[in-house]
Amino acid sequence: MTHEAETIISVQDVHKWYGDFHALRGINMEVKRREVIVIFGPSGSGKSTFIRTINRLEEHQRGKIIVDGIELSHDVRNIEQIRMETGMVFQQFNLFPHLTVLQNITLAPIQVRKWTKQKAEEIAMQLLERVGIPEQAHKYPGQLSGGQQQRVAIARSLAMQPKIMLFDEPTSALDPEMIKEVLDVMIELAKSGMTMLVVTHEMGFARAVADRMFFFDQGQIVESGTPDEIFKSPKEERTKLFLSQILSH
Amino acid sequence: MANIDNVLPPLTERSTILRWLRKNLFGSWLDSLLTVVGLLIVYWAVKGFLTWAFTVAEWRVISANLRLLMIGQYPIEQVGRLWLWLAFLAFLAGNSFGIWARRSWLAVGVLALPAVLALVFPFEGSARNWLLALTVIGAAGWLGGWTKPEVLKRSVIVGWVIALPVIILLTHGFSESTTGFWTVARTNLWGGLLLTFLLTVVAILFSFPLGVLLALGRRSELPVVRWFSVLYIELVRGVPLITILFMAQLMLPLFLPQGMTIDRVLRAMVGITLFSAAYLAENVRGGLQAIPKGQYEAAQALGLSGAQTMIFIILPQALRLVIPILVGQFIAVFKDTALVAIVGLLDLVGIAKTVLAQPEFLGLQREVYVFVSLVYWVLSYGMSYLSQRLEERLGVGKR
Repeated sequence: MTHEAETIISVQDVHKWYGDFHALRGINMEVKRREVIVIFGPSGSGKSTFIRTINRLEEHQRGKIIVDGIELSHDVRNIEQIRMETGMVFQQFNLFPHLTVLQNITLAPIQVRKWTKQKAEEIAMQLLERVGIPEQAHKYPGQLSGGQQQRVAIARSLAMQPKIMLFDEPTSALDPEMIKEVLDVMIELAKSGMTMLVVTHEMGFARAVADRMFFFDQGQIVESGTPDEIFKSPKEERTKLFLSQILSH
Repeated sequence: MANIDNVLPPLTERSTILRWLRKNLFGSWLDSLLTVVGLLIVYWAVKGFLTWAFTVAEWRVISANLRLLMIGQYPIEQVGRLWLWLAFLAFLAGNSFGIWARRSWLAVGVLALPAVLALVFPFEGSARNWLLALTVIGAAGWLGGWTKPEVLKRSVIVGWVIALPVIILLTHGFSESTTGFWTVARTNLWGGLLLTFLLTVVAILFSFPLGVLLALGRRSELPVVRWFSVLYIELVRGVPLITILFMAQLMLPLFLPQGMTIDRVLRAMVGITLFSAAYLAENVRGGLQAIPKGQYEAAQALGLSGAQTMIFIILPQALRLVIPILVGQFIAVFKDTALVAIVGLLDLVGIAKTVLAQPEFLGLQREVYVFVSLVYWVLSYGMSYLSQRLEERLGVGKR
């Protein structure tokens, strides 16, 4: 299919400063449809900042970001359009604590996509089924475990039927025994053909489903390649050092 | 090593009244002394008050002026209209309890209150009948709400929304001619608890949305909106309510074109509303600041617009957080309405002063002010109690 090779995210020479601090220094990246990208690197390397520029939670100050043919600019309509097409999962889940699980999932489809309540709830229940917690639909987020909350957050993003899913360290705030249940959902999602950008240190996940990996350090992409290339024969010293640190235990 | 399953929990101390007394009140000779002295002070104070209340006090000043204290000089022929909206409120309250607070002693208490009052105190005939009717109507509403909650939900909400216009319209009347149907009762005749109630309800209902808007305005990214909100809030908070009321009563007419007048009660309502809005704005802002950034980000990432994020995500959480503070402000508004007595309106306190000016009731300040305080306290505590129930219902502090 020609579809397969189509570029869905194009990032060209993106820079970002926080005051004097140069957080992103000329990032270039092309992501194709159905690709799964893993981004990793030490803390403060700019990987979270980068992924958040793609749906404009952070504004970039130089360069170009084009998502699904729409360029991110100050035009609010463009931003809203791109946000409808991209889902995001956060490290801290960020569920809405005053709404039930079902309401968390159906709110945006009803308000933004203008679906009927009935349609939104049907799809929400299918998604809860998919992430394995349909029985929690009428509970509040505070009554769920961290792993369950993160799976609700994934379902909430998927309910908008996005073309791209962004994951910002989705398992970093979880207790070890809950990491697997979230990764399993993400692996299933990757295999279903979703375009995914994942900031994570879960190298098992990267090995299993990543098409390409990007190593970030000091606001730059130091190295990129397939998981095989990165794990077996990293070219850069910094990549080797970092991998030895996170894989050694 | 002892088997872990056989370890017994620590013995709980059996608490008897005597043991409690010894532990808490007579633990040492100093405790005992404080207890005795404290009890003596309480005894003297309570005894003094009760002796006064039952032997010295002349409560006829209240019974003789009850109508005045409740509704001021509101025309007697039109009083039925006030009972009518009270009945409307009783029905709505009954409905609401039946739908939302199905197993609540509070509901029983509130609905039974008018009948209890009617039976305990010597009201004149028509007032007693109306009071009994209020309980009956409230109970009927409760029964309706209980049996058909789903059907009635929407109409009850509509009922509450139109309650204020209904109350104002009925109190005011429509027909200018004195012989017509529901003749206008001029606002200068509104008085007593009626006026206090209307001032409070109007001020709360209008200052709340205004306060929310000002709070949002103060956090706005548009400089003009932000500066205006800051200026307004700081200006209004910087002056006492009484000066605002004086300005509304005395200065405003100077700026209006000749011949144009604004009703004095309306001016007081606007003054209190604008005053209260500034305080509410700061309370709401406190709630807004407590919402984590992640909530905004999650809402934005889902494609919600700024307004949708506010309405569905931020405000519901922020307002829930500040319910206790908001209710505190509402109670303050209720009590602050007493200041209109100083600019010459006859609210509960204003009427109390005119009652005391009658020659036959000279020197009965204690009776009148104790009664007025009691009315304020009962209603303030009622608001406070309702808000606590509301917090429990909304699970504040739990989710």
